[in-house]
Amino acid sequence: MSLTAKDKKMVKAFWAKVAGKAEDIGCDALSRMLVVYPQTKTYFSHWKDLSPGSAPVRKHGGTIMGGISLAVASIDDISAGLLSLSELHAFQLRVDPANFKILSHNILVVLAVLFPKDFNPEAHVAMDKFLAAVGRALSEKYR
Amino acid sequence: MVEWTDFERATIQSIFSKMDYDDVGPAALSRCLVVYPWTQRYFGNFGNLYNAAAIQGNPMVAAHGKTVLRGLDRAVKNMDDIKATYAELSVLHSEKLRVDPDNFRLLADCLTIVVAARMGADFTADVQRAFQKFLAVVVSSLGRQYH
Repeated sequence: MSLTAKDKKMVKAFWAKVAGKAEDIGCDALSRMLVVYPQTKTYFSHWKDLSPGSAPVRKHGGTIMGGISLAVASIDDISAGLLSLSELHAFQLRVDPANFKILSHNILVVLAVLFPKDFNPEAHVAMDKFLAAVGRALSEKYR
Repeated sequence: MVEWTDFERATIQSIFSKMDYDDVGPAALSRCLVVYPWTQRYFGNFGNLYNAAAIQGNPMVAAHGKTVLRGLDRAVKNMDDIKATYAELSVLHSEKLRVDPDNFRLLADCLTIVVAARMGADFTADVQRAFQKFLAVVVSSLGRQYH
């Protein structure tokens, strides 16, 4: 299920519309993930405050969106573009790859909440495929 | 038996009482057919499903979307025994319709996205959690009678 030329075009166009709210998107997606999938909290036991919209959540949401932005810019070769992030996740963070799907789902929910008209089925399928490709790139070096 | 908190019960009743089933049903099913195109395998006799526009304008898809949402209403009205409520539908989907139960999960995800879009900021993290828990129980019950 690799990204077609049509998918890439749609992702770039949609991202251009939503990039202005990237930090809000990241913060909300991460907040939802921690509430709706409580097992994901196990990765953040070092944070003082895991409540929705807290300072560490907002900051980390922004960091994650930075990575997504980088992936959009590297859409023609996501693995190459995310190489150092891939190594980070493989050797240091060691986040179980199932969680990439969980976070992706929550990003899609936030896109639906914030952009109900623009996040139509065609944008949805392109973004879903794109986020899956990002997840694959991040888990590339795991084994 | 599934334990529901007062918040969860109230949230589910509230979401569905405010929902326009005839809008949300078709939107969720058509989105599912676009986002997960392999789900089209069950709708060979629905005519034109060639692209997103065709799917979203297809009257048979719309009609079936309404049917599915009305089926979901049964769970809304019987939250304390969704398993029994769907036993017959589970057999139907397994024996007659031969639907891979993973599809229930895919449709549930699309329904979540559609409801999120309709509710906007009201679809808070806590509401999302309650809604996804409800759908998970529905999905599990529909897959229960497969063997």
